[in-house]
Amino acid sequence: MSDIRKALVDIVGERGVSDAPEELWFYSRDPGVLAPHKPDFVVAPKTAEEVQKIVQLANREKIPIVPMGNGMSLAGLVIPLKGGIVLDMKRMNKILEVNPMARYVVVEGGTSQGALKAYLQKNHPTLRHSIPDAPSTTTIAANVSLHGQGRLTNQYGFNSDMVTGLEVVLPTGEICRIGSPSIGPYWISKGPTLPDLSGLFLGWLGCTGVITKVGLKLYPNKKIRDAELFVTDRLDLIPHILYKLTHLEMLEDINVWFQPKPLMFLGNYHITIFFTGDTEEEVEFKRKMVWDCLQEYMDSKDGGFMSIQYMKPMLLEMPGRNIADFADVPKGGGFEYSGPIAPIEHFPQYAAKVVELAAKYNVLYASTARLISGGHSMMYSISFAFNRNDPAMMDRVEKALDEATAFALGMGGIPWKPNFKEQKMLLEKMEPNARRLLLMIKKNLDPQGIMNPGNWEVNA
Amino acid sequence: MVQLKFDQKVCASCRSADCLLKCQYMTFSGHKEAHGEMMKVMKGKDSRVLTECVTCYACEEYCTRGNHPFYLISEKREEKGMFTAPRPITTQWKNMTQMQGKYLVGNVKDTALSCCYLPELGQLGTGEIFKDVASAGVFGAEFMCPAVHSHFARMSVIKERLPVVIENYRKLGVKEVICMHDECYGTLTSMASAYGMEVPFKPVYYLDFVWQRMQELKDKIKPLGITVAYQRSCSNRLIPDKLPVVKKIFKLIGVKAPKRKYQDENALCCAEILRSVSGYKLADDVQKRNIDDMLASGAEYCVFNCPACQTSLSEKVAKRGLKPVHIIDLCKMAIGEKEREAAS
Repeated sequence: MSDIRKALVDIVGERGVSDAPEELWFYSRDPGVLAPHKPDFVVAPKTAEEVQKIVQLANREKIPIVPMGNGMSLAGLVIPLKGGIVLDMKRMNKILEVNPMARYVVVEGGTSQGALKAYLQKNHPTLRHSIPDAPSTTTIAANVSLHGQGRLTNQYGFNSDMVTGLEVVLPTGEICRIGSPSIGPYWISKGPTLPDLSGLFLGWLGCTGVITKVGLKLYPNKKIRDAELFVTDRLDLIPHILYKLTHLEMLEDINVWFQPKPLMFLGNYHITIFFTGDTEEEVEFKRKMVWDCLQEYMDSKDGGFMSIQYMKPMLLEMPGRNIADFADVPKGGGFEYSGPIAPIEHFPQYAAKVVELAAKYNVLYASTARLISGGHSMMYSISFAFNRNDPAMMDRVEKALDEATAFALGMGGIPWKPNFKEQKMLLEKMEPNARRLLLMIKKNLDPQGIMNPGNWEVNA
Repeated sequence: MVQLKFDQKVCASCRSADCLLKCQYMTFSGHKEAHGEMMKVMKGKDSRVLTECVTCYACEEYCTRGNHPFYLISEKREEKGMFTAPRPITTQWKNMTQMQGKYLVGNVKDTALSCCYLPELGQLGTGEIFKDVASAGVFGAEFMCPAVHSHFARMSVIKERLPVVIENYRKLGVKEVICMHDECYGTLTSMASAYGMEVPFKPVYYLDFVWQRMQELKDKIKPLGITVAYQRSCSNRLIPDKLPVVKKIFKLIGVKAPKRKYQDENALCCAEILRSVSGYKLADDVQKRNIDDMLASGAEYCVFNCPACQTSLSEKVAKRGLKPVHIIDLCKMAIGEKEREAAS
C-alpha cells in the first residue's frame, strides 16, 4: 500500500492524497441510510492528465476507483463498496468557456452548481443552467452522470439531456472527447448527428469512466421568477391538473408535494407552479393563464390557489432548502428517498403508497414530484426523514425505501439514481438482451472492473 | 354548542334591506328582491346570496339593527354543506390555525397584549407607545380569534374554538386584553356577543390604546404633513363604531386623508380573500379600483390597520408609487421612533 500511496503522491502531490483515518471516515459514507465502507485512499486531482495517470495506476494494480463530486446523492453512489481510491474531483473546478450566443458552458468535472450559478449571475446574467434542488456544492458532472434534474427539467428534460459534450477518462486510461468536441472546437452536441456515445457515460454513475469536462446547455435567464401554489384534496385529479398545466407550454417548473407536517399541509396535495418573464406584463399573463386553466377546479371547490406571499421567498429559492428542513423534523438531520421515474397518471398510486409505507414502518414521509419534459414523466420522490443517531429508525427507512422501489418497479417505473440494491432489482427485471448489452459495454470499457465496483454489476 | 342570536322578526320587518342593497359585490334590483333573498337565507332556502357572497363582512356594518346578516349567511352556508373558497383551502386554514400547544405568553399580569397568530403584531407592539405592555404579549393559535373561518363559512370552528380562546385568556387572570388586530377585537365583542358568549375580561381596541398613548406623547409628536389613503380591513366592519379613532389619530399626527370614493362604508376590501373565493378577476378588479382611487386622492402613503391587508396589498401599492405603512408605524414616525424611509 505504501507503494501505491507513493505513486499517487507522485501524480498529484502530497496535499492531493490522504489515507488519514479521519478523512477516510468522511469519504466512507454519504448522508443516506446505507452502511459506510472505507476507501484506502482519497485522491484529489487537478487535471485530466492527473486523472488519467491515477486511472492507469488503478487499472494496472486492479484498484477500485470511485469518482466523486460532492457525495450528496443520498443513495450511497460514491460509498467505496470495495475500498480502493475515492477520486475527489472538487479541485477540478474551472469554468472553461461560455459561449453566450450558442448558450452553452464548458466546465471541469468537479465544478459545483453554486460556482456556475454565481459565475453566470456575475458574467452572463441573461443566462442560467438547470439548478437541481441539492446543496450548491454538488457538482455538475456528478449530476449529469446520474441523470439529475433541475429547475428547467420540465421544459428541457433531464439535466443529462442538456449535455453538449463530454471529456472522459476511460477505465483503461485514454482521454476521450464525446460529441461535437471530438470533431471541432464547439461544444454544441453530445451526440447528433454522430452516434451518441454520451450514453456510455451518462447514467452509469462513474462505472464506465471519469468525466473531466462537461459541456452544458444554458438557457435564457428571465428577469422575473414567480410562483403560484395550487392545492387540492382530490388525489385522482392530480394527473388531470398536471396535464392541463403542461398544455400551457409556458411553465418553468412544476412540483407536486404533500406532507403531514406542519399541520397546515395535512390532507392536501400541493402543486407549485413556477413561471418567468422579462416584464410584469409577461408574468401576469402567465399567471392568468395558470389560473384560467385551473378555474374549473375552483368552481367545483375541489382545488384552489393558496395565498403564498409569506412563503414566496422560500419557494423561489434556488436551490430549495425546504428539503433540508424536512430532514430535521424527527431531529438528527437525515433523509433519503426513492425516486422512481414514472408516468404522471400513476401519481395517485404512488402517493397512496408513500402514506402506506410511512404508516407500516412508522417513519415520517414527505413526497415531492417533479414533472419531466412537459409531462412525459415525473420523478416521484418518496422521502423519509430519520434521525442519524437512531439506527432502528434508519433500518425502518431503509426497508421502506426498498419496498418503495419494489413497488415502483412493479408499476413499470424506473428508479432514479438507484443505489446498489436497487440496481440489482432493476437488472433482474430488465429484458435479458438489454442486460447483456449493458454487460458487453461494461466489460469492454472496464475490463478490470475497477470503476465504482459494486454499482451496475451486470451478470450475464 | 352556542347558537347565533338572530332575530327573525327584525329581519322580516326590515324596511331598508341595506345589508344586501349596499353590498359592493352583489347587485339587486331593489328592496323587494334584496329583502326576498334575505328571507330565503333566513328560512334556509336556496338563495343566490349563499353562492355569491364574497365574505367581505360589510353587511355586518350595513345592518344598523345589529342583526348579524353575515353570521347568518355563514351559518346557513355551513348548514347546507357549502364552501365559499375551495374545500382544500378551507381545510388548510382550519389546520393552520389549529391549537397545538405552541404559543408564547409574556409577562402578563392584569393586561395582555394580544398578537393573535400574526408575528408582525409583536414587532408593531413595541417602542414608546407600547412600553408598558410590550412585555405582556401573547401569541399563538391558543389566543387567536377564529373569526377568519367565517370567510370559509365554517362557523362551527368559531363556535368550537372561541370559547377555548376566551378560557385561555381567563386562565391568564387578565382584566383586559389589548387586541392588536381588528379581527380579535371584533370577535371578542361583536361575534362573542352574537353567540351569547361571556367574555370575562375587557377587550381593548388597540387603536383606542394608541390614541390614548399618543395623547400622552403629544409633546414628542412632530406633525408628519403627509397625505395618506387608509385601507380599511374587513374585520373593521364588525366594529364600525371604532372607525372614527383612525381619523382622530391622523389629525393628531398631522396626516391628511383626502376624501375618496372607496372609504368608510364604501371601502373596498384588500381582496386577498376574494382571490381565494372568486378567483383573480374580481380580486384584480377590486385591487385596481382601490389603488386607482388611492392615487386619485393624492395619497403618498397607503396606511394599513391589518397585517393581512398589508401583506396582500403592500407590493401592489408600492409598484404604483405608494408607500405601504401600518398605522402604528405611522405613529412611530410621528414621534421620531421610525424613519420615514423605513416605511416605504
